Amino acid sequence: MTPKKHSTRKPSKTLGKAATGIQGFDEITSGGLPRGRPTLVSGGAGSGKTLFALEFLVRGAAQYNEPGVFVSFEESVQDLTKNAASLGFDLDRLVADKKLFLDHVYVQRSEIEETGEYDLDGLFSRLDDAVQRVEARRVVLDTIEALFAELPNPGILRAEIRRLFAWLKQRGLTAVITAERDRPDMLTRHGLEEFVSDCVILLDHRIREEISTRRLRIVKYRGSTHGTNEYPFLIDEDGISVLPISSLGLDHAAPVDRISSGIARLDSMLSGKGFYRGSSILVSGTSGTGKTSVAAHFTDAACRRGERCMYFAFEESPRQIIRNMRSIGIDLEPWVSKGLLRFQAARPTYGGIEQHLAVTHKCISRFQPSVVVVDPVTNLTVVGTQHEVRSMLTRLVDFLKTRQISAMFTSLTAGGGPLEASEAAVSSLMDTWLLLESIQVGGERNRTLHVLKSRGMEHSNQIREFMLTNDGVRLADVYIGPEGVLTGSARLSQEGRERAADTVRRQELEHHRRELERKRQTFEARMAMLRAEFEAEEDKIRNSISESELLDEELLQDRGLMVRSRKADPPADRKERRARAGRVR
Amino acid sequence: MPATRTKTRARRRKQEPEVWRLRLYVAGQTPKSIRAFANLKALCEEHLKDRYRIEVIDLLERPQLARGDQIVAIPTLVRQLPPPVRKIIGDLSNTVRVLVGLDLRPADRPGSGRPA
Repeated sequence: MTPKKHSTRKPSKTLGKAATGIQGFDEITSGGLPRGRPTLVSGGAGSGKTLFALEFLVRGAAQYNEPGVFVSFEESVQDLTKNAASLGFDLDRLVADKKLFLDHVYVQRSEIEETGEYDLDGLFSRLDDAVQRVEARRVVLDTIEALFAELPNPGILRAEIRRLFAWLKQRGLTAVITAERDRPDMLTRHGLEEFVSDCVILLDHRIREEISTRRLRIVKYRGSTHGTNEYPFLIDEDGISVLPISSLGLDHAAPVDRISSGIARLDSMLSGKGFYRGSSILVSGTSGTGKTSVAAHFTDAACRRGERCMYFAFEESPRQIIRNMRSIGIDLEPWVSKGLLRFQAARPTYGGIEQHLAVTHKCISRFQPSVVVVDPVTNLTVVGTQHEVRSMLTRLVDFLKTRQISAMFTSLTAGGGPLEASEAAVSSLMDTWLLLESIQVGGERNRTLHVLKSRGMEHSNQIREFMLTNDGVRLADVYIGPEGVLTGSARLSQEGRERAADTVRRQELEHHRRELERKRQTFEARMAMLRAEFEAEEDKIRNSISESELLDEELLQDRGLMVRSRKADPPADRKERRARAGRVR
Repeated sequence: MPATRTKTRARRRKQEPEVWRLRLYVAGQTPKSIRAFANLKALCEEHLKDRYRIEVIDLLERPQLARGDQIVAIPTLVRQLPPPVRKIIGDLSNTVRVLVGLDLRPADRPGSGRPA
């Protein structure tokens, strides 16, 4: 039994890992199971051990060119093949292609008599033969513990199982050994974990409040980093999907392009362009405030742009949503038939929160939408605590963001409760939060909408009245004044009052203008009169001045004549005369 | 009841001379398998003289045969004939248990009745 070199695949340089191909599992273990070493997969009855092991083999054989041997201690080969077929694995074909070898080890206690020392060389021989037949790189022993019930002398058996694991390791076979776990304080019923020191995985299937959840935890993984959390996983027609979302960092891209909300006025409240692509939008409000209508607009807008939209409905059936939205003028039916819109409707109680998350993932991965609507997200609290819902939403939001999918979550707030506080659990995850409220004034309820927050953009702080009309959602300004926020008919009557007051004010203004004009005219008339008086006066004065000058001249001439006649000193006299003449001129 | 017993006895008498076919599975010439073979040989000589045939199968040479008889433990002794098939594991050192396992107790000798 010397180890043979199987040159099927180059082992990686660092710590060798064998990819399982199980969706999500390779991510949380950063590569898969330890290559060439045994891994213990433990769990209670029905926790998915056999399937995990089977998928590890099938994917290994089909995707990684690593043939495998499945040694079943419980199920017969026929049963195994049948069970695998229900999960989409064609074991017969793999067996025919010599990529898989199935062996059913069956020991009937009643036909065994122990007569002395024994060992498990029979099993070793069978295993060795099987490994050689398909040049196996992977081995599954499911569940070797069954031997404890069938073979006597547990002491020998334990020693032999230890030898078997060592043998597997020596042969460089990547092995999965399943084990039953029946007590919470022990990993396996027979303490197999002490033989397998490299990697131990625990599967758990628990029921809480009638809802089942499957979880996977890596108890230890020697020589490798691994997520230590409990990861929810799902078993469906594609096998196992582990949800490794919490391993994602906060490093998603932040697109700058915008997408319309489908409501023009709402877009303008969001600095005129709508939401960021890839952002998460929370629409919260009490029942009947129009959350689904906002979501329908968003959906409709996405489909109009020719983008795919996935609508997760937890409250209404798709038919019902389509019918109801038609009443506000949004026809989603054509988008469904064009394949742009897909509904995924299920009651929240249909599965645990992880199941929902897994289904959501799967749907999104298959449909590749650019817009996702979850309506309403709060219904999930039925199947999980607030903490779980928050954790699920974190994972979902992260997942959507990495794919740059814009998502709208509607959230039902219990009537009467504080609107913001109750949402605190999820609101911090959201980029944009639209709050829909129902305001009761004057014997009627009216809807309002405001943008509570919108990261990374200027947004309106105002409350808008939110009306559902035959042509969809319409937003109107609300009256905000000393009497508070008014909506509906109260707003209409207030607007009427305002219009009347406005008219009065306008009339007063006109009156003032006219008065001013009149005053100006009076003033100008007076001015003209004064000017006329002044001009008359001026004439008079001028006349008298020129008259007196004339008189002066004549006087001088007379005096000159006198001087000349008296022969007086001429120069002084001449000077005086000149000065006088200048003044007159 | 007596009629039945007579009938059984008659059939057994007819069957007894039939050869017991025993198959001993081993994996190599280990001390355990050598011991098992020696024990088996001695036992057969004592209780089934000239009425047995032992086939030793070494799984190191023919590992594929282990699957057919559902061999896990080594050594395993399989009583193929007379039916039903019975399996005994271990080195056959506990003679009493081997006899029980083979359904070959002293009380089961020819002539003595066999409890149903």
